[in-house]
Formats: sequence, C-alpha cells, structure tokens
Amino acid sequence: MRDWPLWEVFVRSRRGLSHVHVGSLHAPDAEMALRNARDVYTRRQEGVSLWVVPAAEIVASDPGERDAFFDPADDKVYRHPTFYNVPEGVEHL
Amino acid sequence: MSTPSKTLGDYVLGLADDALVSAQRMGWWISRAPQLEEDLALANIGLDQLGQARTLLSYAGQLEGDGRTEDDLAYLRDEREFRNVWLVERAQSDFGVTMARLLLFAAWQSELYAALASCPDPTLAGVAGKAVKEVAYHLDHAARWVVRLGDGTEESHQRMQAALDAEWPYLDELFRPVEGAVVDPASLHPLVLARIEPVVAEATLEVPQVAPARGGGRAGLHTEELGYLLAEMQHLHRSHPGATW
Repeated sequence: MRDWPLWEVFVRSRRGLSHVHVGSLHAPDAEMALRNARDVYTRRQEGVSLWVVPAAEIVASDPGERDAFFDPADDKVYRHPTFYNVPEGVEHL
Repeated sequence: MSTPSKTLGDYVLGLADDALVSAQRMGWWISRAPQLEEDLALANIGLDQLGQARTLLSYAGQLEGDGRTEDDLAYLRDEREFRNVWLVERAQSDFGVTMARLLLFAAWQSELYAALASCPDPTLAGVAGKAVKEVAYHLDHAARWVVRLGDGTEESHQRMQAALDAEWPYLDELFRPVEGAVVDPASLHPLVLARIEPVVAEATLEVPQVAPARGGGRAGLHTEELGYLLAEMQHLHRSHPGATW
C-alpha cells in the first residue's frame, strides 16, 4: 500500500463554481481515488462534484523559473482593464 | 400480553441495535485500517449507522412508553436486552472479514430500508428514506473491496474466501420471523441474495455452502463477544451518568 500512487483532489462546492484543488490522497486506482476523495474531502457537505487527477500527470511550472515566467507581467499594468470608461448603469462588471 | 405498539417497539429495537452494534464495531477500525483513507471511510460508515441507530432507538423508546431515551437504551441496557443479530456483534480484526460482513449487512439493510421507505409508519419511512442512500454507499464500498481482494492475488483470494465462509452462516438470522415485523424478513431473502451473489461471482469467489449459525439475537441470546463490546461502549456513561461532551 505504500506504493499506491498519489492523486490530487478537486471539489466543486456549488453548481456554477469551478472545481478547486483541496488536497491529495493515496489510492490504488482512479475508482478508489474518487471514493476516497468523497470520504476524506466531502464529509461536511463541501461539494457537489469531484475530480481526481493522478499527481504524476500534472505538469507544474518550475519554482526556479518563477522570475522568467511571471515577472515580465509586473510592469504591464495596461493589461488590466482599468483604462476604460464604464458607462453609468452597467452592472456585473 | 403485548400490545401492538410494544411488539412494533421490539421490532424497531432490533433494527436499532443492529445499526448501533455494527457502528461500534466499525469504530474499532479507526487508526487500525490499512491506510488513512480507509480509516475515514469506515468511520463514516460507522457514523451513518450510528445516525440510523439514534433515530430508531428514540422511536423504540417512544413506542415502549416508559420514557426511555436513546441514551438510556444504548447505555443502560444489559446484554440480554439487546436485540441485534449475531452477524454484527462478533469481534473482527481482519479487514477481509469486515468487508465480507459489511457486504452481507449492507445488502440486507439496502433491501430492508428500501421496503420500509414506503411503509405506512411515517417515522420508519422517514428514517429508511434517508438511510437507503447511506447504505447504498456502504454496499458499494464493501463490494469494491470484496471484488478487489477476491480477484486479487492468490493470497488475497484465499483470505477473502475464508472471510466470506466465516460470515455467511450469520446471514440466515436476518431472514427469520420476528414478531411485529413491518417488513416480512423472509421476503427480503431473495432480494438480498440477488445483491450479494453477483459481487461474489465478480470477485471469483464461491457462495459458501455452510450451515446457518444458531443465532438468537432477536430474543436476547448473544455470543460472549457482545458483552465485551457493551462494556467498552457503556462504561463511560455508567461511570459518569449524564456525562456530555
């Protein structure tokens, strides 16, 4: 059991919201991972839908490359939609 | 001479005690399951059963009419007053045995609660309607493990078969006549087998050909092991009456 693979768990808390990463667990296969996720992460009505993903299948950015990946966005404030005049009465922006 | 409400109360008490004693046995696994995830799964299952037991015990107390609460019934009755079947009361420390037992018990509870959910008694129908979803998950959990272990390695196959052989004699008691029964126990027999046998087949196991155990739990006759279970379950309440968390 020690060599059971690791799975990442994502829970959708309500209809209309997206699945959010909540943690991980060990399970021998996808079916058991889903059931274990139900038992470990939705005991207190946290969710209406579950995803489990093999942790090994997740391709993550390298913390060492953080500067090259993310810093160039720092000085490009014009990418934020703050330069538009919003007509009065427009809601839900 | 017993009144209709008294015999119904006895019947409800039997169902309540099945759930309560099974819940207590499930609790034994906490910190002892093969891994953390299974620890939580078995604890969840035990808590579902405990929830069923609480409502049923309260109702049994009402029907009895002597003012006993769920706590009075759970903590202050002695062994001979418990009405649970032998299937759930015996000690178990083998994971395969627990899964075999849960398969049998949850298959029976599934059919029982499905039938009770449409019975004319509103309290029983209410408890059953909620519990039927819970036990469907218990049955699924047990079935997956039985298949996984039965159709696993040579050793897991052999141990799962041994576990099934050990639990099977206790199945019969669930279908014996009970006074006050709202659902005729015998009527559930074919339905329960129809749930269990496909799982046994998928697990590449054999349906055991074994003689039924004597049983007698519904009449208050129990195995020695129930006494130890009750001692552990009741001692705190008896040592500190009225203690609350």
